[in-house]
Amino acid sequence: MSSLSVSERTAVNVESVSVTYRTSFERAPTLRSTMLRLGRRERVVREIEAVRNVTFDVPHGTVLGIVGANGAGKSTLVRTIAGILPPTAGRVEVHGRVSTLLALGVGFNRNLSGRDNVVLGGLAAGLKRGQLAEKYDDIVAFAELEEFMDMPMRTYSSGMYGRLAFSVAVNMEPDILLIDEALSVGDARFRRKSAEKMRELCGEDRTVVLVSHALGTIQELADQAIWMDKGEMRMWDDPESVINAYTEFLEVRQDAVTLEEM
Amino acid sequence: MSSPTLPRPSRHRREDEFSGERHVYEPHTVGLPPLRSYVHELWRRREFAVELSRTKLREQHFDTALGQLWLVLNPMLLALVYFLLVDILRASGSHDGKFFAHLMAGLFAFYFIHNSITVGVKSVTKGGRLILNSAFPRALLPLSAVITAFMRFLPTIIVYAPVHIITGLPIGPHLLWTLPILALLILLACGLSMLVAAAQVYFRDLSSFLPYVLRIWLYISPVLYYAERVPDRYKFILDINPLGGLLTAWSDVLNRGHAPDPGSMLLGLAWGVGLFIVAGLFFMSREREFAVRL
Repeated sequence: MSSLSVSERTAVNVESVSVTYRTSFERAPTLRSTMLRLGRRERVVREIEAVRNVTFDVPHGTVLGIVGANGAGKSTLVRTIAGILPPTAGRVEVHGRVSTLLALGVGFNRNLSGRDNVVLGGLAAGLKRGQLAEKYDDIVAFAELEEFMDMPMRTYSSGMYGRLAFSVAVNMEPDILLIDEALSVGDARFRRKSAEKMRELCGEDRTVVLVSHALGTIQELADQAIWMDKGEMRMWDDPESVINAYTEFLEVRQDAVTLEEM
Repeated sequence: MSSPTLPRPSRHRREDEFSGERHVYEPHTVGLPPLRSYVHELWRRREFAVELSRTKLREQHFDTALGQLWLVLNPMLLALVYFLLVDILRASGSHDGKFFAHLMAGLFAFYFIHNSITVGVKSVTKGGRLILNSAFPRALLPLSAVITAFMRFLPTIIVYAPVHIITGLPIGPHLLWTLPILALLILLACGLSMLVAAAQVYFRDLSSFLPYVLRIWLYISPVLYYAERVPDRYKFILDINPLGGLLTAWSDVLNRGHAPDPGSMLLGLAWGVGLFIVAGLFFMSREREFAVRL
């Protein structure tokens, strides 16, 4: 673990955070199966140590990339910073307004129109109606979905879904943007546009935490990187060293395929 | 709140009271989030609960003329069906002229609770993506279901009022008693909605059991009969029924035209407040798990 110079202006401060949760591995938890199980005295609850004693901080205006294999705890870590999953131990301190773009994005009710979903998502995130109305046009314009906003989201293509989600997250004027594996949405043009928007946000003294398997994106955008492995932080350094170590660990050469895919 | 904070940069920052500038996430003590900030956040996002309920109602065509007509017709038909049922079972004649008004008032109050539960039960499991994507007090979801149910209860007042007048039931200041009873019904509805919404996360078949439970609950509540007609050996059912006291008081005020008996009000108060607190604490202690259980 390398210690980077800790800025005085910390946006996110993660202090020996562990996240453990219990989940059931039943396909569908039901009363019926619970009663049957009680009769057989089985237990189906499993404890998952998703994040173990992780400490780092992100200064304002920094882009932090998080890399790691599937199930390494990256998403859990980001959810903890977002306040969705409370830590089991440790402490997370976040200074500034957070906007999240986690794997699933907006569109929690596919039968509602894009407009309704944006409004509901914004209100849930704590915005006021007036503030939302102010940003609404920007969101729609950036996503380039003007004529689709009043259609139910089930009629959207997955690219449109992703574009809207990205647009909502970045147009909330967040101080801190948490992005989980979502930069690769839309067509090549929109990807370029979102990368540009990201660079713009980083230039504005905003902070970005970026989880991605696309190592090329991390290398290009991030100022620092963290490598998560089995819930633990293996490395915290500049992106190049982290990616080198990570790819070495994966025993794949850092060739064009790894950088561009996903 | 410990650790001295350095002066925060304010260059581009909009210092809005709602923009939650500093968040600290720590392990929840005794499984509960810090109550004061929870309630604060909840209140701050009240517009979300209202908007969620509004979109739900719009889905049910609440905003069209025919949809509104249906909202009035539906409870009217419901009352007629139950009136016929009870009247036939009773071999006719044993009811006084006020019975239909009693049945209607009781049925509408019951269906407010009924709707709160049936809308609320899936509020958390259906809110999946929203829950996975953003941090907000999850109690907003079941509470929004209560708003939906209440919006559907309001038109039933219009259906009931003419029946009340035609039947010649007394109108006077005693009717103000309906307000505290209604407040307790809302509290009860919130409690029950939170309870079933949290339970549904763990037992996904709960929503399919509920119609039976609710049907039985209607039959043991003083809706299809007057509370005082309940035989002594079954009186205890009114006490253990969360709606027993409140519906007795409801009928006392609306149908009998006098202030409710303090016993029923106290019983209703205990059930309403008690259930609200217990269910609220239960919901909050569970809600941190929702994101990993969905």
